Amino acid sequence: MRKRAQFDHVSLAFDTLKGRLNVVEDVSYDIHDGDFIAVIGPSGCGKTTMMSMLAGFQKPTTGKVLFDGRPVEGPGPERGVIFQEYGVFPWLTVRQNIGFGLTLKANHVPAAERDAICDHYLELMGLADFANSYPKHLSGGMRQRLAIARAYAVKPQFLLMDEPFGALDAQTRANMQNLLLRVLATEGKTVMLITHSVEEAIYLASRIVVVTARPARIKEIIEVPFPYPRDETIQERPEFGELRSHIRQLVMDEYRAQQAQMRPVSFSE
Amino acid sequence: MDGAGVRRFLLGLAPWVGAVLLWYGVRWSGFVNASLIPAPHQVAAKFFELLTRENLLLDVFVSTRRVFLGVLLGILAAVPVGFLLGWYRPARTFADPMINFFRALPPIALIPLVIVYFGVDEVAKLVILFYAAFFSGVIVMYEGVSQITPLYIRVAQTLGASQIEIFRKVIIPLTVPHILTALRVALGVAWATLVASELIAAQRGLGAMIQNASTYFLLDVIYVGIICIGLIALIMDMILRKISARLLVWQERAVA
Repeated sequence: MRKRAQFDHVSLAFDTLKGRLNVVEDVSYDIHDGDFIAVIGPSGCGKTTMMSMLAGFQKPTTGKVLFDGRPVEGPGPERGVIFQEYGVFPWLTVRQNIGFGLTLKANHVPAAERDAICDHYLELMGLADFANSYPKHLSGGMRQRLAIARAYAVKPQFLLMDEPFGALDAQTRANMQNLLLRVLATEGKTVMLITHSVEEAIYLASRIVVVTARPARIKEIIEVPFPYPRDETIQERPEFGELRSHIRQLVMDEYRAQQAQMRPVSFSE
Repeated sequence: MDGAGVRRFLLGLAPWVGAVLLWYGVRWSGFVNASLIPAPHQVAAKFFELLTRENLLLDVFVSTRRVFLGVLLGILAAVPVGFLLGWYRPARTFADPMINFFRALPPIALIPLVIVYFGVDEVAKLVILFYAAFFSGVIVMYEGVSQITPLYIRVAQTLGASQIEIFRKVIIPLTVPHILTALRVALGVAWATLVASELIAAQRGLGAMIQNASTYFLLDVIYVGIICIGLIALIMDMILRKISARLLVWQERAVA
């Protein structure tokens, strides 16, 4: 299968007042066409930074981040990003939000086709009744669906998702995960998902990259043995449970390592 | 008008009725020399007299035009300057102390200098109002613009927006609310500065009318002038609020 994205000995460090801060350290892995990669690790470990480099918002200090064989120079519409904070445009209606990317020159969408594409995603994401509402009237789950619809509308073959369901309640979250699987089954995309939920990673991903506490290094790359299409019943299977305890163990080890790094808080003052 | 509309109208009217009653109350209480407080009905009579015999409308028009032009020019300059200061952090560090220095100067203190450099004509009055509108507008603009989150720009970039598209489709819509707030603040400040600006040998205008009346101790005329300024400022603010509510339906917090 074709390589879409490559992390080639990638490191990223910031200079801070307290000295050099290594955020990502010597990370190498490839994402192939059709892969669903979940990156999991303790919060604040540098997962988002990894995605941010592939999205084109940050440049590695050393090493290379390649997309389709070329170094990433900046953000672009072939790499759709779904942000943790949604970022739906509050001044546009739901329909205008979905259509935003379609009106941009870079995407070459003829004006005549825009309405049909908007209608398709309004329907698919269950937002048709709110087409002319402003985002202030939407619930958290609906805003998330809107952000996904807007990213999908420009048809990126590659999706970067930064803890997209993190702020949602359990039911909405499960719904959104199933919706994502359904959409991927019909539209076939390559995905890099940042998450801190072990269940979410196993349920959705074909491969899981477990990263260490900061600086983020690769701890283990795990193939998920379940074929697509998947449904919630796989979560009842014994292999799911085994995989879950294995990954949980890895993540917990890193979480403890991260806690140990931090200076204990003193209340004596 | 429906029930809610009537209630809102009455609720809005009540403090005005209260103020007039208080006015009469103070006058009749005997604590203050009655000749120092013209009664509301006397002021109303004076208002009609000025309106019919002294062409009060001309004063209203002249003053309103001065405020309008001063605010318009001030905001036209304040929007790009405030935007640049808010957008580029280094520019802010560079210009912030300077802006706060000039903003702190009361326009009235500048009048002698304005007379020296700009004479006593219409231009001089406009300069004072421009000064007041510009500095109050700039502060509002740059405080607002500096709080715009980069998230929306990043989103637009990942969807394929060019620099020009980002400016047109993301930055302008996010700036509009701050421009409207700057306008409202500048309008308030400009009316407050009007009397000072009309101290510069103005023939007509509400500020000039008040100045002249104070020379001859015509308290009722002063009251008419003050009430006119307040009313026009109130009407202008209401119009701006209506426009804001129309333009900013998308905002979480209703403006009006």
